[in-house]
Amino acid sequence: MPAGRTVEAMMLGKLDWSAIPFDQPIPLIAGAVVLVGILAVLIWVVVKGHLPYLWHEWITSVDHKRIGVMYILLASVMLLRGGSDAIMMRIQQAIAYQSQGYLPPEHYNQIFSAHGTIMIFFVAMPFVIGLMNLVVPLQLGVRDVAFPTLNSVGFWLTSTGALLVNVSLVVGEFARTGWLAFPPLSGLTYSPGVGVDYYAWSLQISGVGTLVAGINLVTTVLKLRTKGMNYLRMPMFCWTTLASNLLIVAAFPILTATLAMLLLDRYLGFHFFTNEAGGNVMMFMNLIWAWGHPEVYILVLPAFGIYSEVVSTFSGKPLFGYRSMVLATMAICVISFMVWLHHFFTMGAGPDVNAIFGIASMIIAVPTGVKIYNWLFTMYGGRIRFATPMLWSVGFMVTFIIGGLTGVLVAVPPADFMLHNSMFLVAHFHNVIIGGVLFGAFAGFEYWFPKAFGFRLDERWGKVAFWFTFIGFYVTFMPLYVVGMLGMTRRLQHYDVAAWRPWMMVAAIGMLLLSIGVLAQVMQLVVSIRNREALRDRTGDPWDGRSLEWATSSPPPVFNFAFPPDVRGEDAYWALKWHAKVQQLEDHPGPEYQDIEMPRNSPTGFVCAFFATVMGFALIWHIWWMVILGGLGAFATFVVFAWRDHDEYVIPAAEVERIDRINIEERRSLVSMAGAA
Amino acid sequence: MSDQTHMPVGHDLAPGEEEQHSVGERVIGYVVGLVLALLLTATSFFIAGTDLVWQPSIPVALIVLAIAQMGVHLVFFLHITTGPDNTNNVLALAFGLLIVFLVVGGTVWIMGHLNQNMPPMDQFIQMHS
Amino acid sequence: MSMTATVGHAHADPHHIGIVVEHPGPASKRIVTAYGFWVFLLSDIVMFSCFFAAYAVLVHQTADGPKGSEIFEQRNVAIETVCLLLSSFTCGMASIAADVRNRLWFYLGMAVTCVLGLIFLTIEFREFADLVSRGYGPSRSAFLTSFFSLVGCHGLHVSAGVLWLLTMMAQVFAKGFRADILRRMMCFALFWHALDIIWVAIFSVVYLLGSGV
Repeated sequence: MPAGRTVEAMMLGKLDWSAIPFDQPIPLIAGAVVLVGILAVLIWVVVKGHLPYLWHEWITSVDHKRIGVMYILLASVMLLRGGSDAIMMRIQQAIAYQSQGYLPPEHYNQIFSAHGTIMIFFVAMPFVIGLMNLVVPLQLGVRDVAFPTLNSVGFWLTSTGALLVNVSLVVGEFARTGWLAFPPLSGLTYSPGVGVDYYAWSLQISGVGTLVAGINLVTTVLKLRTKGMNYLRMPMFCWTTLASNLLIVAAFPILTATLAMLLLDRYLGFHFFTNEAGGNVMMFMNLIWAWGHPEVYILVLPAFGIYSEVVSTFSGKPLFGYRSMVLATMAICVISFMVWLHHFFTMGAGPDVNAIFGIASMIIAVPTGVKIYNWLFTMYGGRIRFATPMLWSVGFMVTFIIGGLTGVLVAVPPADFMLHNSMFLVAHFHNVIIGGVLFGAFAGFEYWFPKAFGFRLDERWGKVAFWFTFIGFYVTFMPLYVVGMLGMTRRLQHYDVAAWRPWMMVAAIGMLLLSIGVLAQVMQLVVSIRNREALRDRTGDPWDGRSLEWATSSPPPVFNFAFPPDVRGEDAYWALKWHAKVQQLEDHPGPEYQDIEMPRNSPTGFVCAFFATVMGFALIWHIWWMVILGGLGAFATFVVFAWRDHDEYVIPAAEVERIDRINIEERRSLVSMAGAA
Repeated sequence: MSDQTHMPVGHDLAPGEEEQHSVGERVIGYVVGLVLALLLTATSFFIAGTDLVWQPSIPVALIVLAIAQMGVHLVFFLHITTGPDNTNNVLALAFGLLIVFLVVGGTVWIMGHLNQNMPPMDQFIQMHS
Repeated sequence: MSMTATVGHAHADPHHIGIVVEHPGPASKRIVTAYGFWVFLLSDIVMFSCFFAAYAVLVHQTADGPKGSEIFEQRNVAIETVCLLLSSFTCGMASIAADVRNRLWFYLGMAVTCVLGLIFLTIEFREFADLVSRGYGPSRSAFLTSFFSLVGCHGLHVSAGVLWLLTMMAQVFAKGFRADILRRMMCFALFWHALDIIWVAIFSVVYLLGSGV
């Protein structure tokens, strides 16, 4: 018997039937629903014969636009998952007054941990990275990102992380430690199960993916700009992309190192964050927040860029204070690395340290304030069109100011000693992340959707979605500020204070409104796809845009631009349009069309992610032979990729001309129609 | 995006790429770098083991020597210069160094204060027994 | 309407920046690749800085175990250092040989680099094995934890570098000095030199400063 047990342990590590939560109906049903859903989609794809199309056009694609779309799709799916966690938590807190509610503590703890992890790493991150991937090369007037294949690797590694988090629903458990897994709770002594391992390995793998995306986009912005695209002519979104990805490159290694230390503690008995042998638990807070604070700006800076584009386009004016905006962005980029201690003022580093970091935290509000004023002044005197992207942007300005002000409040150390770990803090960071990042992501989604797919989204459902989300946000989170002031701490599974109860009920109603908002967004997508012919964008410029992504067709051809644009100033496309109207669109005598070389598709990313999934799963369950197999597979994938002889294919000039002519004709007919009217 | 192996585009140079092209000059560059690095290393090892110098100055001397040697490596092996064609490379390096300085300096500062204010349990017990 | 239409009207320069040098367009692939790798190296150095920070915080937490001065052998460290310095030099020779497409010197340079790297790894491995066999493994104290992690992380990088080096040699053997292979060679050289710089920090901060403590 012992011999049999050893063989089994060698083959399967810690994995056995007890890993499947047969006794817990909620995760089991949820897992089964997800599994059935995935299977149904897979069967549909195979039966309908879409598999070759998916494989050639999407899974192995190295086109930045396709990868961007896939990032956003991943984020949207995970938003539904993280959102269900949120709904469960709100319901639990609404009914768990002097009772246990319907979620047992160990399950409730997994839910709030998964909610935070998913929303930050697998919703907000892929959403903004997806938008950057989709738009930035177009705005810079180039044909692709710096490292197209690596881009695909990055996306698939991020998906691997997301997949592992979802696997934990059915096989084993997720961390019960909160979204940052503070030790000693996350150490082996207090979390002996696989939950923390799921958490750490999925973040390690998706962290590699994020780092790759960051390197790729930094290099793209700095080294691949079209002719004449000087730094101070780049659209604002490119600047914020640069700043955000510089932060990724500088901050994500800190996360990797910190989680590596935690894993060494857990797997090999090291003493970084243990209570024995001189380990220092507080060093984990210090290191993880040295990543965690820049992470906040990694998310919100691209959103600031989106608002800049949207506000300027829908006000019909150049962005007010462009250079101060650039300066503010870069200032935030650097200062965001000098404030991390404000996440643990209460740890006891003393008045000197707290004062310096408190002041630095307040200073960062200055460049942010500059941005807000710039957006307001861009709108001032403009001819504002309140299309859905603009609604999200204006909603953001109102909401983010409230979130920012409560942020300055908790940046004051004495106030933070009162509010630390309270619901007030929960309300604050949802206020800035939903009001800042999520509204921005939605604004960008509505704004660039026609560019990606060639038809606009239904405005009516878009407005319904906005108003439900906007009002739902306030109804959900303003009560949380109040209960925070009333002394409610975060992550409570149940409570006995009667004064909190009505506010938790209100928050649950708000959650209902928010859910309707999300459903409206899904409806918007369905309705728009059904009416896509009516909503078709034939010109490639549905919003009367100002930057170069609107200068090509929607969706853009795989090579983006038939000729590399030649930029002579800010708002490059606006200038181009102005010039074209003056010239009455005479036939351009331009240069001849030429062959275009584009990078070939490659399954490297997908295969690599497959091995990463195998390796991650094996590491979580201590199946060592599978770890080695996964590692060898990943290495072999790279060698095979390095060995290939042709990494580019040629689109012949005639084909380029054919595609470009179609777009030119569409635009010309539109302009002549406008002229006739 | 053509591949111009030996003709760096006018204003820009890849990190690690040199400006002059004669093989002899390049080899000499590496030889000079190696000799300087070896000298600095030898000095470091000598200073660490000697009692000829004032002892409290040793840590400072070692850190200065280490920084000097990193500079030698950057200049002679990685060919980082202050030329305009290297601006982007140097800026990236400077940003990286700033982050390294903030992370290491910040951590040491924060954790130092923390240990002083809230010593780990075993030291706390020692202090109060 | 075409994208080549040039525009020179009043709105082109709304902020009156005046005469600006026009950006000449996308950089060559060689510059793009090397720059991307340069950015990766900087991120890698930030990762090392975390291990350095952890070492600085934990260096005195010996938990009644050995201090640095009791376990470090300066002679070994000196040999390791010389190995890495020489290998940086031979790696430089190999990259020059690759640029002038001289196979013999390329293989020679890479082979010597590989041997020196392996000697370094052997010495380090023996040092680690010796410490563990004496009961001074990484689980002994927080100081040893941080020491093993920092030095071991560098050692892992060198191992990955050796693997990469062998792959590079095989690639040149199979494919010759193709443009993409030369780009990879350039990245490899950057990687190897960067590891050397990190080692300078390690031997100064960990071994030399540590033996004085």
